[in-house]
Amino acid sequence: MIPFEYRRAEDTDSAVTAVAADPRAVFLAGGTNLVDHLKLGITAPDELVDVTDLPLDAIEDTPEGGLRIGATVRNSDLAASPPVRERYRALSLALLSGASGQLRNRATTGGNLLQRTRCPYFQEITTPCNKRSPGTGCSALHGHNKNHAVLGASDSCVATHPSDMAVAMAALDGTVHVRSDRGERTIPVTELHRLPGEQPHRDTVLERGELITAVDLPPLPTGTYTAYRKVRERASYAFALVSVAAVLRVDNGVIDDVRLAFGGLAHKPWRAETVEERLRGATPAESTFREAAEAELSAARALADNAFKIPLARNTLGAVLRDLTTEAAR
Amino acid sequence: MERPVTLHVDGTVRKVSVDTRTTLLDGLRERLAVTAPKKGCDHGQCGACTVLLDGRRVLACLILAVTCDRSEVTTADGLGDSGSPHPVQRALLEHDGLQCGYCTPGQACSAVGMLDEAKAGWPSAVSGDLRQNVELTEEEIRERMSGNLCRCGAYPNIVAALREAIR
Ligand SMILES: Cc1cc2nc3c(=O)[nH]c(=O)nc-3n(C[C@H](O)[C@H](O)[C@H](O)COP(=O)(O)OP(=O)(O)OC[C@H]3O[C@@H](n4cnc5c(N)ncnc54)[C@H](O)[C@@H]3O)c2cc1C
Ligand code: SF4
Ligand code: FES
Ligand code: FES
Repeated sequence: MIPFEYRRAEDTDSAVTAVAADPRAVFLAGGTNLVDHLKLGITAPDELVDVTDLPLDAIEDTPEGGLRIGATVRNSDLAASPPVRERYRALSLALLSGASGQLRNRATTGGNLLQRTRCPYFQEITTPCNKRSPGTGCSALHGHNKNHAVLGASDSCVATHPSDMAVAMAALDGTVHVRSDRGERTIPVTELHRLPGEQPHRDTVLERGELITAVDLPPLPTGTYTAYRKVRERASYAFALVSVAAVLRVDNGVIDDVRLAFGGLAHKPWRAETVEERLRGATPAESTFREAAEAELSAARALADNAFKIPLARNTLGAVLRDLTTEAAR
Repeated sequence: MERPVTLHVDGTVRKVSVDTRTTLLDGLRERLAVTAPKKGCDHGQCGACTVLLDGRRVLACLILAVTCDRSEVTTADGLGDSGSPHPVQRALLEHDGLQCGYCTPGQACSAVGMLDEAKAGWPSAVSGDLRQNVELTEEEIRERMSGNLCRCGAYPNIVAALREAIR
């Protein structure tokens, strides 16, 4: 680790100006990803601007009846908060399925969205990796790639985005609030993360120095059911091979609202728009779920070690839809 | 770059100057000779370094010491004293919830934090209906303690000990 300065930001303005003023300064939240990267030598900032004292730790109702989640709210507090447990079950489940109790006590909403891939070559600085060192090549493309992407990848990078929380927020149509010294803007969660294309070193559409301040979730109409299902190699404390977040409403025996996102398949939470289109207005049926999933996954391209993810994604989606439509019919 | 920090460790005020790069774990072990928290993986993957920071269980290996100025740190040493161990520590002993003992201080701190979380009504990934308060079944204990690995595989006895400590 190269030496760095540490500054505890007292207000949001001074946090964004501090990072704007120094091209090698970065925000520090819980540190559960950033401190690891400092140790591994993946990043070498000269200043850390600690944002955890900023007044961004509230979970509040919005005037529209939705929820605003501050960027420094800890993952454990968010998962346990009554409005999330009651109204956005998928988000609570996604958070609780991520990391461990100790990590969730530290990890924040902003940091979780911006955590970087767990691709082992990205984390091992002696191997080529276009995301870590642009232009050096991708070691995973023809290496060990069991955990890598089957949708939306490029020859430059086949990494997946690791966050569970982001997948739930993508299905829930969340909006990210961002602030910089140039002002404020909002970005839908589904548009925050990028596909790798030719520039895999850019994980998100954020510009340097932009601070996430909050995520807004819109209200869900009564009768909406949500779920999050994560498939992994051990029962707990592991990243997803495949995960599915779902929001569903059935009215008069017909699906009238459905929003779905996959985790573990792509460089970003993958909104399954093809499935959504096919299911909207449809009568819930096993064969319909399967055909819709297959249509979505017809775009999938497997690497040497990860073809299993395609049927796994189809089956997991089917199981989630079966559970939710059964629940809705009760 | 050195920075002064004041930590309340196991009930004692400790002042120390640390490089900004020092983790809480290294600060405790190398600078303050508080060796109850163990260094296992040093990357947040094993739970051996678990301490309570301002009452909540966290991983000391992923926290910079400078960020903890004026914080309260409780390690396994501070959970009880030698004459009267914490109920969790007593139960771990009585149920033989350890073999080599390396992961044990982290297991103990994690369990104490976990019990408080359950008492506060926090659900876990296996809690089913998230609106109900939870009962700490074996499945719940296993899920909630899954951040603490034990290379000796003392899990069955750790779970038995924690079931006892809950009662
Ligand atoms: C062993 C292990 C297992 C894990 N398992 C899972 C899992 O199963 N699922 C899962 O989803 N996650 C998992 N995680 C990842 C964990 O959830 C993330 O490390 C955590 O959410 C990051 O949040 P943080 O607050 O600690 O971020 P930090 O480490 O502080 O920051 C991460 C990045 O975000 C930037 N940043 C932070 N806050 C802001 C902000 N407000 N605005 C702009 N930039 C910001 C930082 O500059 C940094 O680049 C695991 C981590 C570990 C170590
Ligand atoms: S998949 Fe992406 S992150 Fe992994 S080695 Fe290739 S370029 Fe790097
Ligand atoms: S040493 Fe901290 S989690 Fe392993
Ligand atoms: S008792 Fe040996 S590592 Fe757990």
